[in-house]
Amino acid sequence: MAMLKASRRVKLFTVLPALLFLVLLSVLPLANLLALSFAKVTWAEGSATWTWEGLANYRALAEDALFKAGIVNTLILVVSATTLQVGLGLGLALICSRLGRSAKAYRTLFLLPILVPGIIIGAIWKLMYNTQFGVINQLLGLVGLGPFDWLGSSTLALASVIAVDVWHWTPFSFLLLLAAVEALPRDVFEAAQIDGAGSWRTFRRIVLPLLWPAIFTTFVFRAIIAFKVFDEVYLLTGGGPGTSTQVISFTIYQRFFVQDSAGYGAAMSIFVMFLVALVIGVAMTSQKARSR
Amino acid sequence: MSVSSRRFNSRRTVNLVLHGALILAAVLILGPFLWIAAASLKTQIVLLMGHVTFKPVTLNYAEVLFGNTSTFVRNFLNSVIVASISTAVALGVGFLAGYSLLRMQWPRGVVHLFLLWSVVFNLVPPVTLAGAWYEVFRAIGLANSLVALILAHTTLHLPMALWLLSSFLREIPRELEEAAVVDGAGFVRLLRRVVVPIMMPGLVSTGILIFIFSWNEFPVALALTNNHSATVPVGIAKFAQENEIKYTQMAAASVLSAIPALLVLIFFQRFIVKGLTAGAVK
Repeated sequence: MAMLKASRRVKLFTVLPALLFLVLLSVLPLANLLALSFAKVTWAEGSATWTWEGLANYRALAEDALFKAGIVNTLILVVSATTLQVGLGLGLALICSRLGRSAKAYRTLFLLPILVPGIIIGAIWKLMYNTQFGVINQLLGLVGLGPFDWLGSSTLALASVIAVDVWHWTPFSFLLLLAAVEALPRDVFEAAQIDGAGSWRTFRRIVLPLLWPAIFTTFVFRAIIAFKVFDEVYLLTGGGPGTSTQVISFTIYQRFFVQDSAGYGAAMSIFVMFLVALVIGVAMTSQKARSR
Repeated sequence: MSVSSRRFNSRRTVNLVLHGALILAAVLILGPFLWIAAASLKTQIVLLMGHVTFKPVTLNYAEVLFGNTSTFVRNFLNSVIVASISTAVALGVGFLAGYSLLRMQWPRGVVHLFLLWSVVFNLVPPVTLAGAWYEVFRAIGLANSLVALILAHTTLHLPMALWLLSSFLREIPRELEEAAVVDGAGFVRLLRRVVVPIMMPGLVSTGILIFIFSWNEFPVALALTNNHSATVPVGIAKFAQENEIKYTQMAAASVLSAIPALLVLIFFQRFIVKGLTAGAVK
């Protein structure tokens, strides 16, 4: 086989830029962050002094109500929003694939929320949720309901944020699942229909099992993005009222940048990364165990 | 009524119901965009009064674009600069590395290291990195500069570039490259004449996605910029924090910032679908 005999210089040159980004802007800053997490930073005359504090920052995590609320709310959001998105996305994907060409225009339309900045989604919904002039309360008022303080009441706020996330990202689940539905072998449907299987039975026994890997992948993908949620919360509620919509990214941001406690914020970041690594590790080993 | 025509009728009913469901979904998705567009054409008073019918005015757009205190145009330019340069760099760097790792017989360990990086990196919330970058850029005197944000956005999206471009590269047959090598093409010529042209759709898909992601990115931009270097999302977030929120101007600015998304949707829809699904399925 004639392959390009790349000289060592070419080989190195092609990978070097990526390696520089990897080392200088990922590994080094993270190492710095790790070091920072064991320190307390104090500022005097524009220069920082690090005082080593050992594990003090990490111990403080356990006491931090904001951090706990952040973790809990993030988990609630990830699980509920992702489940709804995958369910709705799957429904829409099945409908679109069944209607075929006549559903083409809808597919284009459904892409829009994926492409618009999260901050703008937040801005749109902040206006729509408004108690005074928001369209949601106006519409509910027509049927004699409300008005509700969607973002200001601690019982409704998290649900309101979740609703926005579902609106924002259902199209993405739809897109991934549509690709999977379209890739299903047609003859399987036909064979099932000839055998006299009804639609529901065909779906339960044939379509769903075939789609299962795609559903799983979509769920994981969405969960990863949902875990990082920041933009909408920042704009809609700022974590409030109280701590009712505090999410983990937002807590880190507040501790690190708003309160300017870099050491503590760093510890929180490292802990979250550790948590992510743990989840991946568990997922990967269970995947390996299953495929064996 | 015969059995077959009854079946035909029930089929039609089902399709009608399904179409109804799609229309409902379309209204739910499009509705908020139309509502904010309408809000951007109202005066603050008309909006606050909750009037449904109104006389459209353009003063919000005039204020956002030309007002003395408005930073929108500067934010917009910053976003254009950051998104284009970081997209170009991420594409170039990612393409070279991806091609090299797939085609130049690197030890498996090296290949796996890069792929692992590109996966793990995507799992970490950007805010955690924002803190790390903030410290680094302040230490080397790049605090609050566009260069810092460009570097950060490139780093943020490079793993995606590497991942997507590798998956597109795997689809192209090696035979063409081999033929070119037999004909005596060197590395640069091989890339320019053979690989890049075949890869063009993949490069466009990846590029558009990265541009949009960089344009939309908020937490890192918020952490690394000041008033002067702020991007569009940071500028819009500012609206929400003023004591007296200028709702209608916020709406106008939101509509203007959705322009890239709309352009992409109209002109590059096919590429977007390709990029988004390739990223997930492979």
